[in-house]
Amino acid sequence: MTANLRRRKLFSRLFEILCGLAVVIALIPLAMILFYVIKEGAGALNWDFFTRMPKPVGETGGGMANAIVGTLILIGIAALFAVPIGGICGVHLAEYPSTKFSSVVRFAADVLNGVPSIVVGIFAYGLVVLPVKRFSAIAGGVALGFLMIPIVVRTTEELLRLVPGGLREGALALGATRGRAVFGVIVPAALPGILTGILVALARVAGETAPLLFTALNNRFWSTSLTQPIASLTVQVYTYAQSPYDDWHRQAWAGAFLLVMIILTLSIAARLAVRRLERMNRP
Amino acid sequence: MTVPRHFDKDIEELNHLLLRMGAMVEDAMARSIRALLERDTVLANEVIARDDEIDRMEIVIDQKTIELIAKMQPTASDLRFVATIMKITPELERIADLAQDVCERVIELNREPMLKPVSDLPRLAHDAQAMVRQALDAFVRGDAALARQVIAQDDNVDDLTESSFRNLLTYMLEDARNISSAIRLTFIGKYFERMADGATNICEMVVYLVEGKMIKHTAHAAAGE
Amino acid sequence: MNLVLEPESKIAAPRMAPIQMNDIQTESKISVRDFDFFYGPLQVLHGISLEIPAQKVTALIGPSGCGKSTFIRSINRMNDIITDARASGTITIDGKDVYGGDTDVVELRRKVGMVFQKSNPFPKSIYDNVAYGLRIGGMRNKRQMDEIIERSLTRAALWHEVKDRLHASALALSGGQQQRLCIARALAVDPEILLMDEPASALDPIATSKIEELIYELKDNYTIVIVTHNMQQAARVSDRTAFFMLGKLIEYADTNAIFMNPREKMTEDYVTGRFG
Repeated sequence: MTANLRRRKLFSRLFEILCGLAVVIALIPLAMILFYVIKEGAGALNWDFFTRMPKPVGETGGGMANAIVGTLILIGIAALFAVPIGGICGVHLAEYPSTKFSSVVRFAADVLNGVPSIVVGIFAYGLVVLPVKRFSAIAGGVALGFLMIPIVVRTTEELLRLVPGGLREGALALGATRGRAVFGVIVPAALPGILTGILVALARVAGETAPLLFTALNNRFWSTSLTQPIASLTVQVYTYAQSPYDDWHRQAWAGAFLLVMIILTLSIAARLAVRRLERMNRP
Repeated sequence: MTVPRHFDKDIEELNHLLLRMGAMVEDAMARSIRALLERDTVLANEVIARDDEIDRMEIVIDQKTIELIAKMQPTASDLRFVATIMKITPELERIADLAQDVCERVIELNREPMLKPVSDLPRLAHDAQAMVRQALDAFVRGDAALARQVIAQDDNVDDLTESSFRNLLTYMLEDARNISSAIRLTFIGKYFERMADGATNICEMVVYLVEGKMIKHTAHAAAGE
Repeated sequence: MNLVLEPESKIAAPRMAPIQMNDIQTESKISVRDFDFFYGPLQVLHGISLEIPAQKVTALIGPSGCGKSTFIRSINRMNDIITDARASGTITIDGKDVYGGDTDVVELRRKVGMVFQKSNPFPKSIYDNVAYGLRIGGMRNKRQMDEIIERSLTRAALWHEVKDRLHASALALSGGQQQRLCIARALAVDPEILLMDEPASALDPIATSKIEELIYELKDNYTIVIVTHNMQQAARVSDRTAFFMLGKLIEYADTNAIFMNPREKMTEDYVTGRFG
């Protein structure tokens, strides 16, 4: 082995080690979060946690059943609200990419993306809560929806752009109108990616707390009504964490753990969905 | 606008080979005529010996032409050029064979006493020779007009063949001892006529090469046989 | 005077006219008159005029950028989707002006099918691909669709290869099969004209020859216009050939004439590869 080769191999090895180290360092926070959350919260993660309602102040035991269901309802409403709006927006941006209107819409989406979530919450408060003078799950869902919209818009637009132009031509050449071509061929072709985008957006808003503070509030009781305040994991964790009770602290940790798990699940589900749908789309 | 292609030198090479063969055939023809007119047996034998070389050339040209077709897939004028080469080569080879035949008859003739001169036979031989030379010129120069002129001369050659034959016929009728030589001379006349036909065929291909028109079996055939 | 001594006799040949490369008169399916095309200020087609005969294969050849793809796309108005594109002059199909005010572009594109250079099957099943044109045309009867789909796939020489997996993804097929699928898809809506823009250029030689055989079989029932940069393909497959250069039609004649004895020097130079 020549001296040059030996030197190069050494450097290669060195950089490999450095890269590995960097990855490990990057993963440490995640690992620590998981570790802490499990350590502190595992004790409270029992069947009761998933099925029982919160106990009155001071009492031990109980669970976060209502909060779990609440979070799911809230992100459901958010999706119902954001997906059609964001989707149609994304389609428009992809179909008319260079108009003035499109640039404005894109800019607006980017700005909305950067607005602090608490501001969005206040906005939703003004929009949905004040007129009817009551806090509601809908308001919470709408607030979360607003947070989702920019992500859905951008993902949809990007993915529609990525669909090969040949598909559009093929559809048009068969006598499809533009609308048919877009909605019958192009959007279905981009669907795996769009769904990923939606799941990623859902994962993000599932962990939001601030916007819910002024909209869905929280609810100690079991409620699935859309026009009533509703419990959510995030707000519940926030509330319990600030309390002086150890039991509640433990439940807060458990709630946090559950949140992390939900987000993890959504992310993995996104991956799997993509993989399955990509099998249909494999070029 | 036009760029050189690497096939161009293959085409050039084919062209050269054909011209070399043409030169060899013209040479054989000239010698056979001299051997006839000067009753030169040695010369006649030379022509016969040299014929192998000409046959070999035909094979080489055939080979190279087919290689060119396989590699190049020629089109338009290149295609017509290749087709022309493939059709001219056997004509040249046949003309050389005819010269060889002339020389064989000459050798036989020289064993017998010389016959009286046949007035039109030398003219026939020289006209046929001129036609072959002009046919090759027309090919080299891509001169369709010249080619057409040569084709027109074929009638003249046919007439000379006919008149030579009549001449020889009278010799045969005069004296039975003339028959043997006269018949050999008749054959020789026929050979020159066929050399002229070969020149005509070459010229038809030249017209095809230059103009893309196939004029075989047309106009001149109407002269009737 | 024919004598017995004659070593060979000349057979009097019948008088024949010299063989000419004649333009055979057949009916015109597509009629193009003084057609210009512009991308914004740039003119890419100049005064194209030609008659495309019915039920024959017409090939368009020429160097890259000569306008042949633009021209073929003008026939079914696929160029409409390009912003800033403008056409003038006329293209008529069976007498009807393609760019006329009352032309239904959707109908036009059903009558004039198109196959592209890069095959573009939809990410759906094989069945759904071929059915697409039928479905958007309003067909609902499943049995009718099944029949048409089988017929189209058979016409595209693909039926036997896929009949047992009609509901598998179209993208699992090989490149050559995908292209034949696209042809079947175009045939399903029963067009009269088939436009093919370099259909085999992305395929290996065996797939290419299958497509060429297919074109040969299809021409009995369809008028085919094919753009190709492969001159041997044009020579093999077409009845008439049009040579384009720099947006102009240089020469248009029977394919034999173009490849054996073209009239224009530019055609000759292009066809023999002397083009610089």
